[in-house]
Amino acid sequence: MPNTSTNIRSELVQSLNKNPGDWSQDLQDELKNYQHKELEKPIIYIGTGTCGLGAGAGDTLKEVKDYLERNDIDAEVKEVGCIGFCVEEPLVDIQLPGRTRVGFSEITEDKVEGLLDSVFNGQIPAEHLVGQFKDQDLEPYEDIDYIEDHPFFRNQTRRVLENCGRVEPTSLEEYIAQDGFQGLAKILRTTTPEELCDLIKDSGLRGRGGAGFPTGLKWKFALDNAAEQKYFICNADEGDPGAFMDRAVIEGDPYRLLEGMILGSYAIGASKAIVYIRAEYPLAITRLNHAISVLKEEGLLGDNILNSGFNLEIKIKKGAGAFVCGEETAMINSIQGKRGMPSPRPPYPAEKGLFNKPTNINNVETLANVPGIARNGPEWFKSIGTEDSKGTKVFAVSGDVKNTGLLEVEMGVRLKEIVYNIGGGIADDNEFKAAQIGGPSGGCVPKQHLDIEIDYETLQEVGAVMGSGGLVIMDENTCMVDVAKFFMDFIQRESCGKCIPCREGTRRMLDTLKAITRSRSQEDKSKHESLKRFKSVVYLKRLANVIQDSAHCGLGQTGPNPVLSTLRWFRDEYEKHIYERTCPAGVCKNLITYNVDEDKCVGCTLCAQKCPSDAIKGKQQVPHYIVDEECVRCGQCVEVCRFDAINVK
Amino acid sequence: MDSIDSILEKYPNAGRDSLIPILQEVQEEENYLSKDNVKRIGKYLGLPTSKIYGVATFYNQFRFEALGNYHIQICRGTACHVKGSEQVLEEFKRELDIEPGETSRNGDFSLEIVSCIGACGLAPVITVNGEVHSKVQPGDVKDIIKNYREEVKENA
Amino acid sequence: MFEIQVNDKTIKAKKGETILDACKRTDIYIPTICYMEGLEPTGACRVCVVELEGQDGLVTACATPVEEGMEIQTHSQRAVRARKTNIELILADHPDDCLYCVRNGDCELQVLAEDLGVRQRRYFGDKNEYDLDDSSPAIKRDPSKCILCGKCVRVCEEVQTVSAIDFVNRGSETIVDTAYEEGLNLSNCVYCGQCVRVCPTGALREQSHIKEVKEAINNPDKMVVVQNAPSISVTIGEEFGLRKGKDVVGIMNGVLRRLGFDRVFPTSFSADLTIMEEAAELVERIENDGDLPLITSCSPGWIKFMEEYYPDFIDNVSTCRSPQQMMGAVIKSYFAEEEGIDPENIYSVAIMPCTAKKFEAERPEHTRGGNPDIDAVLTTREFARMIELAGLDLSDAEPEGHDTPFGERSSAGKIFGASGGVMEAAVRTAYNFITGEDLEDMDLESVRGLNGVKEAKIQITEDLEIGVAVASGLKNARKILDQVKEGRDDIHFIEVMTCPGGCINGGGQPRGMDMEAVKSRMKALYNIDKTDKVRRSYENNAIKRIYDEFLGEPLSEKSHELLHTTYKKREDVLL
Repeated sequence: MPNTSTNIRSELVQSLNKNPGDWSQDLQDELKNYQHKELEKPIIYIGTGTCGLGAGAGDTLKEVKDYLERNDIDAEVKEVGCIGFCVEEPLVDIQLPGRTRVGFSEITEDKVEGLLDSVFNGQIPAEHLVGQFKDQDLEPYEDIDYIEDHPFFRNQTRRVLENCGRVEPTSLEEYIAQDGFQGLAKILRTTTPEELCDLIKDSGLRGRGGAGFPTGLKWKFALDNAAEQKYFICNADEGDPGAFMDRAVIEGDPYRLLEGMILGSYAIGASKAIVYIRAEYPLAITRLNHAISVLKEEGLLGDNILNSGFNLEIKIKKGAGAFVCGEETAMINSIQGKRGMPSPRPPYPAEKGLFNKPTNINNVETLANVPGIARNGPEWFKSIGTEDSKGTKVFAVSGDVKNTGLLEVEMGVRLKEIVYNIGGGIADDNEFKAAQIGGPSGGCVPKQHLDIEIDYETLQEVGAVMGSGGLVIMDENTCMVDVAKFFMDFIQRESCGKCIPCREGTRRMLDTLKAITRSRSQEDKSKHESLKRFKSVVYLKRLANVIQDSAHCGLGQTGPNPVLSTLRWFRDEYEKHIYERTCPAGVCKNLITYNVDEDKCVGCTLCAQKCPSDAIKGKQQVPHYIVDEECVRCGQCVEVCRFDAINVK
Repeated sequence: MDSIDSILEKYPNAGRDSLIPILQEVQEEENYLSKDNVKRIGKYLGLPTSKIYGVATFYNQFRFEALGNYHIQICRGTACHVKGSEQVLEEFKRELDIEPGETSRNGDFSLEIVSCIGACGLAPVITVNGEVHSKVQPGDVKDIIKNYREEVKENA
Repeated sequence: MFEIQVNDKTIKAKKGETILDACKRTDIYIPTICYMEGLEPTGACRVCVVELEGQDGLVTACATPVEEGMEIQTHSQRAVRARKTNIELILADHPDDCLYCVRNGDCELQVLAEDLGVRQRRYFGDKNEYDLDDSSPAIKRDPSKCILCGKCVRVCEEVQTVSAIDFVNRGSETIVDTAYEEGLNLSNCVYCGQCVRVCPTGALREQSHIKEVKEAINNPDKMVVVQNAPSISVTIGEEFGLRKGKDVVGIMNGVLRRLGFDRVFPTSFSADLTIMEEAAELVERIENDGDLPLITSCSPGWIKFMEEYYPDFIDNVSTCRSPQQMMGAVIKSYFAEEEGIDPENIYSVAIMPCTAKKFEAERPEHTRGGNPDIDAVLTTREFARMIELAGLDLSDAEPEGHDTPFGERSSAGKIFGASGGVMEAAVRTAYNFITGEDLEDMDLESVRGLNGVKEAKIQITEDLEIGVAVASGLKNARKILDQVKEGRDDIHFIEVMTCPGGCINGGGQPRGMDMEAVKSRMKALYNIDKTDKVRRSYENNAIKRIYDEFLGEPLSEKSHELLHTTYKKREDVLL
C-alpha cells in the first residue's frame, strides 16, 4: 500500500476524537472513497470467506485478476467476507463508477469471463443476477431488483452482519467509513466504566453464546471485583457443529469484534484481553491477527488509546480441538495450559478467573453488538425485539432448507418466517419435520410450533434453547432418533470426562440409542439383550434428568436436551424403533434389511463384487443371497443392480 | 540449534500457559509430538512429562504418530452427517484398516475426523492433504484410495 | 458465625466454609468420593450433591461456600436419586468381580452402593478394559477398576510434586496413566504409595508378597526372620479395632511367632545402627569440611526422588543404608555367623509402613553375591491381612519380647517413625560423638509435629551451632533443597521423609487420610521415648555388642561394606 494510504488511515483515527461534523473537507472526501461512493475505477468484490472458498471462490478470484490483466482493465479487486447467502456462493459483486453495486451468484471460475465481458460492455446479464444494492448517492439500474428486497434479505435486520460481505475486512479505513470506532471514541470521551456497564445493562443485551445472561450485569460483576490485573476474554471457540456465525463475523468484520472487546475491557477495567479462537478457523485467525496489528500501529490498541489513559493489549490463543473449551472455566484452564476441564463455580470467573484474577468472557456475537449500542445508545438497541429478548440474533441455517447460510433477524421473528420466507422453504419441496436450535445443547421444534417467536424464554417453553445460533432444518426424510444419536455421539466424544454424570451418563444414553438403532442380527445373542434394551429405554428419561441435575458444567447439563426434546415431540418414532424395529424415515441403516428378490436376480455377480464386506453369496447365473450378519447397509448393491433385484425394507 | 530450539526460543521465561502454543508450533513443524520433543519441552518449561502428555492427549489436534504421506480428513459436521459421512468414514476405516488418529503400517495413509470444514453445501466432504473432495459416497472410497496408492507407486 | 438450614434444622456455619465442612462439623453425613481434606475441591464425582433452595440444579456440598440463610436438603429425593444414579453409572463401567477383588469388604464403592441401596443393573453397555500394570516392584495398577476420582493424581502432583501419573485422553477414553502410557517402572514414580492410600477401589494396590512369605514359612529348609518398623506396633492395632495409637509391640511379637516367623527383630535396633553410622558421618563432615548439608537416606522414595530431580545432591546424601537394609545386611552376616546358618537359607522379611521399601529391597546395591539382603517386604496392610488369613487376632497372643542378638533398642530408634524422629535421634548421638558427653535436654520440640518443614538451631559446643531442617512430603523437600541450591548455607543436616508426617503416614499404612490417626501414632511414639530407660542409640547394649564383636567402629571398613551404599543419577527417565 502506498504511504499516503497509511497517513490517511492515521488521520482518520485521529479524527475519531472529533465529531464527524468537524472533520476536514479532505477527510470527508476520503471517507466517501472508503464508503465506495465516489469511485474512480470499477470495483469487483469477491466473497472469499471460508464457505466462499469452499465453493471455489479462490479460483474465481484468480480468474478475475487474470481477466483484468488479459484485457488490460484498470479495476480494483476487493476480497470481502461472507454476506450470508452461502447457498449461492461464490458471490461476486461489481460496482462501476457512479452506479450501484450489483451482486451475482454462483460465479465459479468458468463463469467469470462471460460475466465480466457483459458488465464491462455495459450489460448487466440476467443470469446469476441477485440484485443491486440500494444507495441514494448512486445511480440505480433500471429493471433490476434490489438485493434488500430479495426474499433472503428482505426480512432480515442486519446490524451485527451489516458490514459482512460489504467491506474489505482488512481495511480499517472502510470500517471507520461505516462509522466504526465512533462508539469507542464517544464512550472513552464521555462515559465511565461503571456508566458503560449500566448503559449495556439498560440496552437489554444478553449473552449470544447461548446462556442469555444480561451482558451489562456480567460486566458489572467483574468491574466490582477490584484487582491490579483483570482479563477480558472473547469466546471464539464456536464448537457447535453447524454454527458458523462467529466465523463469518471475524472473517468479514474483525474490527467490529475488536471494538466490542476494547469497550468491554474498558468497562470491567481489564488491561489484557484474549481471543480464544478455535484452530479450525485459520482464515479467521489470519484476519484477526492482521486487524490487531493494524490497530496497534494506529494506537487503537496499546497504551493510552485515543488519549483516554486506557491501555489494552489483545492476544490470540488458539484452541486445540475440544468443544468443552467453550465453557468458561474450561477455557480458562485451557489458556492456562491445562486439560480443558471445568472448575467448580463459585468462585465465578468474575471473581477468580484466569490466573485467579477477575475475568469476563463474552461470545463473539455479543461483543459484535456492543459498538452499535455504544454509538447509537441503548434505546436504539432495545427498540426492536421482544419484552425480554432485545435486539437481533444471527442464525446459521443449514440442512434441508433451500437457502442455507447466515441470517440476522429481530428477536421475536417467528420460526416460520425464517424457514419459509428467508430460508425459501424446504428443499426439493419436501415436508418440514423439525428445526433443531442450539446444537448439541438444544432441542427441536416440531411442525406444530413453527409459529413460535424467537425469544430466549419462549423457546425454552417448547424444550428448545436459543443456543449460539445453529439452526438445522429437517425434512420428513430425517429420523429424529438418528438426530438424537448424532448429538449424543458428539457430546460423548467431546465430554471432558471429569464428572460421572456426563462421562458415564451420556455414554449410557448413547448406548441406549445405539441399541434401538441396531438390527437384530447385530445384537448380542444372549436372551437378555431385548430386556436390557427395554430397561435402558425405560430409564432413559431418569438418566437424562440426573445428568441435567448433577453434571458439572453446561455441556453435561444440556447434553440430554436433544434426546429429551425428540422424545417429547417424536415419541412415536422412538416407539417404532423400539417395538417394531423399524425406522419410518428410512435413515437408520441397521434397521433396514437388504434382500435379493430371487425372481429378478440373474446372478450377474455385480453386486457381490461391489460389496465391501463380501456379504453377497452366489454363483454365476444363480440367484444371489445376502448374509444379513455381514451386510453393512451401504446400499452399493442397490446402486449397481441393473435388474432392480434388491429389496430394501 | 534445531527447529525445536528456535520454537522454544520464542517463549522466554515461559510459564505453563505457553504449553499449548508451543505444542501447536512443534506439531506444525514436525507433524506430530514425539517422546523426545515432549521431554525437551518438559525440561524447558519445568513441567513433568506426564502433565504434558495428559494435556496433549486431551485435545483432538495433537498426534503422537507421524502423519501418513496422504492424510485423510473426514468431516463429521451436521450437514455432512445428514448426507452420510458416517458410512464414508466406515469405508475408509475398513479399506485402510486403521482407526481415526492412526497411521497405516506402511506410513502411506493416516485418518482423522474433523468437526466442520465449512463447505457444507458440498457434503459429504473429505480432504486428502488439503485437497477437497466433495459429495463423496461410500462407493467412491475404494477408487479414491486406489488412485492415491498408484501415486505412491509412481513416486517410489 | 451465622445460621443456615440443613434438612429443616438450623445449624451454625461460618464464612469461608463449604456446605460439606459445615455438615461434617455437625455430624450430618454426606457421602463423597473425590473429596480430599486439605486440598481444593474439584467437584468431579458429583456424589456429594445436595439440593439448594433457589438453584435449578443440584450443587456439590464440597465446593459450594455457605451463605447466610441457605436452605439445604442433603437427602431429598432428587439428591438421593442423583447420588444413586451416579454410583450405578460407575458400576456400569466397573468389573463385576467384587468377590475376587483385593478390596472386597474394604471398598469405598461397595460401601456407597450398599448405603444408596443399589439393587439392580439399570445401565448397560461396553465396559472399558485395560491391561494390568504389573511392572513396578512396589505398586500394582488395575485401570479397569479405576473410577477416575483423581485422588491419586492429586496426591502425586500436589502433595508429592512428582506427577508420575495424570489423566490421559478425554471423555470415556480417559484413563489415569504415566507419560506415553509406559509401565510405572519406566516412569518417575518414587513408589511412595500415597496414591494407594487414597484410592477408593482396587485400582491401586501394593504388589503383594504374602504368598512368597507364607511359602518361605512353610519351607522347612528356610529360617524365616522378620523385622518390624517402629511405626508398626503403634498402627497395627487400628486394623483390629483397637484404639488409635495403642502400642501393641509385645502382642505383635507374639502374633508374629504364631504366624511362623522363626526370629522377630525390631527395626529400631538397626535404626540405632543407622544413627551410629550417620552421626559419625555428620561429625566427620563437620570436622573435615566435607559435603554439607548431610541429608538422611532412610526413605527410599526420597532417594529415588533425589536421583531424578536433585542429582547434584548425591554427594550430600548420607551413604548409610536405611535401617531396613542395615538389618538385612547384619542378619545375613553377623547373625548368620552367630547361628551357624548359611545365609542362603535365611529368608529375611521386613514389615514396613511403606511401599517404596519393596523397591528398595530389590535395588541391585542391596544384593550381595546374588542373595538379596531383604527377601520380602510386607506393608502394614499386608501384615494385618496375614494375621486375618491365619485366623488370628491381636487378642490371640501373650506379649513377648524380641529375639537376640538384635532384640534391644533405644527409644531414639523408635521415634524414627515420626517426621523429625531421625533428626532427634541423630542429634543425641552426634552430641556425644563431638563432646563426649550425654545430651541431657533431649526433646527437640521444634522438629516434632506435622508441619511440612521444621527447623532448629542446636548449640553443640560453645563454638559449634548446627542448623538442622526436617522436611516431610516431597513438596517440602523441594522447598529446603531449593533454598540450599540458591545458596543457603546455615544448614548442616537435613532429614527428609517422603511421606507427610513421616512413616506413620506412609504408603503402606491403613488406607484413608485420617490425620487424627496419624497424630495418635505420633504421640504414641514420643510417649514411648519419654519414659524409656535407654534413650540414646549408643547406650543400646546390643549396639555396643555388634560393634565390639563384629563391626569395630562406625565407618570402619566392615561398616562400609555392609552398612553403606551408593546412588545413581536417573535424569534420563521421562521426568
